[in-house]
Amino acid sequence: MIISVASGKGGTGKTTISTSLALSIEEEHVQFIDCDVEEPNSFIFLKPDNLQKKSATVLVPEIDKNKCTFCGLCQEICEYNALVVLKDNVLVLPELCHSCGGCSLLCPEKAISEVDREIGTIEMGKRNNIEIVYGRLNIGEAMPVPLVKMVKKYIQKTNTVVIDAPPGTSCPVIEAVKDSDYCILVTEPTPFGLNDLKLAVGIMRELNKPFGVIINRHGMGDSGVEEYCREENIEILLKVPFEKEIAVAYSNGIPLVELYPDYKKKFKNILNMITNIVEERAKTKIIQERQL
Amino acid sequence: MKVIVTSEGKDLDSKVDQRFGRAKYFMLVDTDTMEYQVIDNEAASQGGGAGVKAAQITIDSGAKVLLTGNVGPNAYEVLKSGGIDIIVGVNGTIREAIQKFKSGELKSEGGPNVASHHGLQ
Repeated sequence: MIISVASGKGGTGKTTISTSLALSIEEEHVQFIDCDVEEPNSFIFLKPDNLQKKSATVLVPEIDKNKCTFCGLCQEICEYNALVVLKDNVLVLPELCHSCGGCSLLCPEKAISEVDREIGTIEMGKRNNIEIVYGRLNIGEAMPVPLVKMVKKYIQKTNTVVIDAPPGTSCPVIEAVKDSDYCILVTEPTPFGLNDLKLAVGIMRELNKPFGVIINRHGMGDSGVEEYCREENIEILLKVPFEKEIAVAYSNGIPLVELYPDYKKKFKNILNMITNIVEERAKTKIIQERQL
Repeated sequence: MKVIVTSEGKDLDSKVDQRFGRAKYFMLVDTDTMEYQVIDNEAASQGGGAGVKAAQITIDSGAKVLLTGNVGPNAYEVLKSGGIDIIVGVNGTIREAIQKFKSGELKSEGGPNVASHHGLQ
């Protein structure tokens, strides 16, 4: 089962929740997949050992100018304007390339080969029963999605998997959550929190993804988020209070369940609830498919 | 000589569009006869790489010089490879821009003068 943790607004407490959720799972093999490749931070709290590091690359075209006839077909094919064919030269703009392979496949002179271009690294380690994998995008790279896809490849569905999604509601978030069975949306009870929560809820509904909300820093701000969840029939899974001790622990890299071990029980209850929802959905899906 | 001027409108009294990659139109003007052709900028609606596409349109038009407000890094690279002289910081109407160019008031730029996606703001 794969549970993703997303938010909408950044800084609401995704990593606070996702790391403590993972630390509360009493199974032999748990995977924690940090998909916030632009700013991975879960390792600060999970403190993995035996860190391995791999280079993450994508394929980009390389033109053999001796074979090229400057026919311009590759430029016509490229949807991303990554190739420019001039009178006697071809420019490749690798940062625009989406590695579709179309140019190389269709060049009539077979003048295009695909070569590796590094976009970042993938790091992995272990802490007790938790295997941690995270991606780190190189500074200056415009596209996080390819690296998110590569990090997700390490998922083994036989485990319980927790995915820490990036903040926001754009492409890398979609990639991070789209294959999960359930998504936890972490928000804060403020107007900004509510605004971005609504955007995230929109995504969940568009993806037809079962989801619930955790309110972090409960006690600050206003009642807008709670009212919204009530109106929309959205389950509030947990409310974590606005407490200085929690913030101090966080700033020292101490997870919530380490500061307050009582929270483990709360997270276990949430996990049970999510498991039931996911299993129910799977059953309903099988029944619907049989009826078709 | 043929030049391209980025334009907000379809005639010589239109204002110079300060963007290149996402300019509304390209005016291909013959500076000797003041005859002109309006080219729609297909690049304006592209998700990414608008500057690249706009540069291609410019090179394909046969113009030797570009007059515009700003040029970003991708556009700059492609235009330079295509041998186009780039003049930024041009404003006023198309007519005024051409006149300033003909009188030698305008000079070629040494590099892109704005960052990527500047024209989207």
